[in-house]
Amino acid sequence: MTLEPLVVFLPLFGAILAMPLGRAAGPKAAEIASTVLVGLAAVYAWVLFFDVALGEPNPRTIRLATWFSSGDFQADWALRLDTLSAVMLVVVNSVSFLVHWYSMGYMKEYGETPRFFAYLSLFTFAMLTLVTADNFMQLFFGWEGVGLASYLLIGFWFKKKSANDAAIKAFVVNRVGDFGFALGILGVYYVFGSVEFDTVFSVIAADGVAIPYGMDTGAPVRELTVSFLGHDWHALTVIGVLLFIGAMGKSAQLLLHTWLPDAMEGPTPVSALIHAATMVTAGVFLVCRCSAIYENAPDAAALVTIVGALTAFFAASVGLLQDDIKKVVAYSTCSQLGYMFFAAGAGAYGAAMFHLFTHAFFKALLFLGSGAVIIAMHHEQDIKKMGGVKDLLPFTHILMLIGTISITGLGIPGLYLFGAPFGTAGFVSKDVILESAFAAGETGRAFAGAAFTLGLMAAVMTAFYSWRLIFLTFWGRSRAPEHVRKHPHHVPDSMMIPLVPLAVGALVAGMAFYGHFVDPAKSEKFWNGAFYSAEAHAPADDEAHAGESHAPADVHAAPAESHDGDAGAHHEESHHHVPGWVLWAPFLAMLAGALPAAFHYLRGDPLRPGLLRPGGLVHDFLKNKWYFDEIYDFLLVRPALAIGRFLWKEGDGRTIDGVGPDGLAATVAAGARRIVRMQTGYMYHYAFVMLVGIALFVTYVLLRLAGGGQ
Amino acid sequence: MTESFAQQPWLSLITFLPLLGAAAIMARRMMARVGPDGTVEPREREQIDNVARRVALFFTTGAFLVSVFVFFAYYDPDLAGYQLVEQAPWLGSGISYKMGVDGISILFVLLTTFIMPICILASWTSITKRVADYMIAFLMMETLMVGVFCALDLFLFYFFFEGSLIPMFLIIGVWGSSGTKEFAGFAMPSRVYAAVKFFLFTLLGSVLLLVAMAWMYFAAGTTDIPTLQQFDFPAGAQKWLWLAFFASFAVKMPMWPVHTWLPDAHVQAPTAGSVILAAILLKMGGYGFLRFSLPMFPLASADFAPLVFALSIVAIIYTSLVALAQEDMKKLIAYSSVAHMGFVTMGIFTGTEQGIEGGLFQMLSHGFISGALFLCVGVVYDRAHTREIAAFGGLVHRMPIYAFLFLFFTLGNVGLPGVSGFVGEFLTMAGAFKTNSWIAFFAAFGVILSAAYALRLYRQVMYGELLKPALQSITDVDRRELAMLAALMAFALYLGVYPFPALSVFSPAADLLIENYRAALAAGGL
Repeated sequence: MTLEPLVVFLPLFGAILAMPLGRAAGPKAAEIASTVLVGLAAVYAWVLFFDVALGEPNPRTIRLATWFSSGDFQADWALRLDTLSAVMLVVVNSVSFLVHWYSMGYMKEYGETPRFFAYLSLFTFAMLTLVTADNFMQLFFGWEGVGLASYLLIGFWFKKKSANDAAIKAFVVNRVGDFGFALGILGVYYVFGSVEFDTVFSVIAADGVAIPYGMDTGAPVRELTVSFLGHDWHALTVIGVLLFIGAMGKSAQLLLHTWLPDAMEGPTPVSALIHAATMVTAGVFLVCRCSAIYENAPDAAALVTIVGALTAFFAASVGLLQDDIKKVVAYSTCSQLGYMFFAAGAGAYGAAMFHLFTHAFFKALLFLGSGAVIIAMHHEQDIKKMGGVKDLLPFTHILMLIGTISITGLGIPGLYLFGAPFGTAGFVSKDVILESAFAAGETGRAFAGAAFTLGLMAAVMTAFYSWRLIFLTFWGRSRAPEHVRKHPHHVPDSMMIPLVPLAVGALVAGMAFYGHFVDPAKSEKFWNGAFYSAEAHAPADDEAHAGESHAPADVHAAPAESHDGDAGAHHEESHHHVPGWVLWAPFLAMLAGALPAAFHYLRGDPLRPGLLRPGGLVHDFLKNKWYFDEIYDFLLVRPALAIGRFLWKEGDGRTIDGVGPDGLAATVAAGARRIVRMQTGYMYHYAFVMLVGIALFVTYVLLRLAGGGQ
Repeated sequence: MTESFAQQPWLSLITFLPLLGAAAIMARRMMARVGPDGTVEPREREQIDNVARRVALFFTTGAFLVSVFVFFAYYDPDLAGYQLVEQAPWLGSGISYKMGVDGISILFVLLTTFIMPICILASWTSITKRVADYMIAFLMMETLMVGVFCALDLFLFYFFFEGSLIPMFLIIGVWGSSGTKEFAGFAMPSRVYAAVKFFLFTLLGSVLLLVAMAWMYFAAGTTDIPTLQQFDFPAGAQKWLWLAFFASFAVKMPMWPVHTWLPDAHVQAPTAGSVILAAILLKMGGYGFLRFSLPMFPLASADFAPLVFALSIVAIIYTSLVALAQEDMKKLIAYSSVAHMGFVTMGIFTGTEQGIEGGLFQMLSHGFISGALFLCVGVVYDRAHTREIAAFGGLVHRMPIYAFLFLFFTLGNVGLPGVSGFVGEFLTMAGAFKTNSWIAFFAAFGVILSAAYALRLYRQVMYGELLKPALQSITDVDRRELAMLAALMAFALYLGVYPFPALSVFSPAADLLIENYRAALAAGGL
């Protein structure tokens, strides 16, 4: 009996126990029990992280049971432990534990905490099954499970109509993504005859011959074309695009992003855990997990790149004018996810995961800090009605500052200490992403250059809206009503202590883990084949080590280069690949955003109109979030409802019934009249008579026919 | 000893045990004391009602226990052919009383015997008029339904298949809800309209089925199903026979566009009637396709498969959209049933392992989930006497346990992985994708739409403020209701997390079916 499954199942125990325990021993018991269980899982996750990834590499897969099988289709319950899943285990369990802890304070006065903690733990469990899946089906199980938990938690305050609307919207928009995801899985099964990661990826790595169902001959999988919806397509591209549609839904990428801002209707700890640090990164995780597919489907990778880049730009632009503190952070999340995607699309999977990792720290910190502000300000979320909060919440102010310098990227470009760039977590990881995108663009990867440009522009806007939030909320004169100013709501310690580790992470996680995640010299050993790399699997390569020795993608995208040198040598190398201005560009972009923000919001009335005047075209366009909601409502939601009604009344009612039973009825009206009278009398008589009647009739017909035949 | 026990007519026992119960209730009523004015006294009537309830529960539970025992003791899940076969001469010249089960039917026998006691329980307090008649109708119903799944003689099958129409017709027409409907120029109770509609539709199918059956008997000289499954019907004749069978099964299923009887029937039927309808009766159509259409008319099945796919896809998208617009809880669930059955027909006619096993699994799972959803509607209907979605709102405040159960089944209906609904849906889509990606593409729209209509229903009934005065004192589920729903939930969850036991029962029979099907197609030059 292995213990590893506990890292996934402890939170499930918490989810199951919370409600009964809350009933039997009071809400406090439920809160503590579920928090402790997730805490244990977090500790164990770190143990596994050291075991699997940091020490001698020790990846393994633990098969628990067959989930379902039919013919050659088989899906298992399993626990895949490799560096990629170990990183996710650590992120998910740690943030979840801190959010559980924080929630004990945050949810105090809202009541119903056992239900809340049950949902949080359920989410954690589902997310863990997602990241530890060793096949697409279990991944899909976790995928839908986190969607369910997200639905339940967004709609946690079910009295509010807006919360219910947001919850349904989140679920349905995600289902649009799942539409693609499910077809993608079916495509994988159709091409490979399996949905297991090892099988699928090793076939791709070896460029083995795949014979899709029903075909007589196959082809090497990288060249294989399949017919999908009446056209012949490159198989891996179709699969990659379909899977990415799923990722777009879950990770709120452009076109399928509309649910994420609305999801802020949920309690703030939920926003931090699910809609910032973990669930929304599942799409990035999926693309990284499927690196073997995307590396061999350039068009699909290009789509990932451009969608990610556009999302990074779009969401940051909308974030500029949001007044709800949570919505600012939500659009920021959306934008940062875009960064991760275009990194992955550009082939820098390590960089994508690195940003996912650091983002979990600083974004959870920003959300939970915002939660403290909201509590203190008597549930006010409009930053225009705040100001001067730093005097009320000095400690929160410092934490939020840390989060802000992390996300905007404060550091010293070009300075390396102990082999890592010197700067906040966001500085390090965002720089790596932008450099990788630039380098990938230089080597000709589609849209990577555009992604670099859009990413830089987004970085300007990120700095602007992040500092705008700080300046409007914490600095300047207070615009809050007097009773709020005089008597801010008490923020308990349990809402402050969990933020400390996050703040530490937001500052140093980038420097601490740079080497492992992205430094070409060390990352290969760290990732240990979790990512596919073209060099390790050039078709000329023999097929002997297929599926075992996936080398990591080179995040600095220098395919021809070998990386034998030490960290010091590496600096020079990366300077070789990217010109100096690229190294400085993100930093300058940060200044280009932060300085105007300071210029505008720190002098005079911060609420005076700035460059974008209300009523102006650009202002309204951004304020209305590029009108996506309105367009979808007009194009999709209303028509669906109208068509449904039309089909019901006209299709079923008039056409089918009108011709069918109702039309027929005119001729059998007399018979029907008799049936009406049937309500009187003993029913079983009728039943019996009818039964006998049918029997006799049938017997008569059959015997006559038989007799006639002989 | 076990040997001789194994050869007992177990299937007949399961089939006719409920009929014995019906007879017992009739006997009790004949012995009713009659007052001086020739009518039965109220107290005596009450006593008869109580006896009827208990007898019905006793016999349905008995049938369930016997079927479980037989399944575990005598049914060999590894065998592909028919088991527990009984045969007795009946009408002579090729028509016999023959019963038997295989992997395709055995679980539906179990599903039926499992659902029946729940139906009796569901009717325990909500049915107050003609209780004895009601229980007799349900017991007869069970006999006929189990008979459908066990019959290995075409004529016997027809007897059970069409016979099941009658008690259902009565259950809707007599114990259905009130309200009137303009029909054929005069007003009649809506329940009678629904019953007549149900009857008309089904009759249409059964007449054609009868003619086809007669022809087959004429051609093959027997109505023995295993023999007919081996019989090579000429390709030309197969088409007509297939269409005749299809007419009957498509109505039962129901497939678009002959589905419109179902929403009306569900709305008007008492709760337990809806449960039977959704959980068992609809499955007879899918069962029929697998027992008759595919094995007996393989060439025609392959020819007509595109038609079935088209109708299935229309059913999935069309009825899902219609479900979005519904104002009545039962109608919404009824339309979603049609959509879910669309996945079944789609899967079956792909002729792949995944499609057929997925279709079977979907039928089984739908029995639990939609049965439970109708019970859920019944719970609030018994309290508030309305099924109108707009009449509810905020029930979660007063009914937390109910809220949990209803949510679970709603998610099952949406096809969330981990609940049984997902497995069948996904497998049928896998089968469809292999056959033609267009089919899977269109079917996948059901994935989006089901979430929209099911969550909309749940939101409007359960969430929001509890404002309606009539709902202020509504009570949560009682122990009886909790027991029924918990039992269904246990199965839906178990089969969602570990569907293996059910799939492994299906697979030998499904594999054999597919093998024969492909051999027949190959022989036919397809």
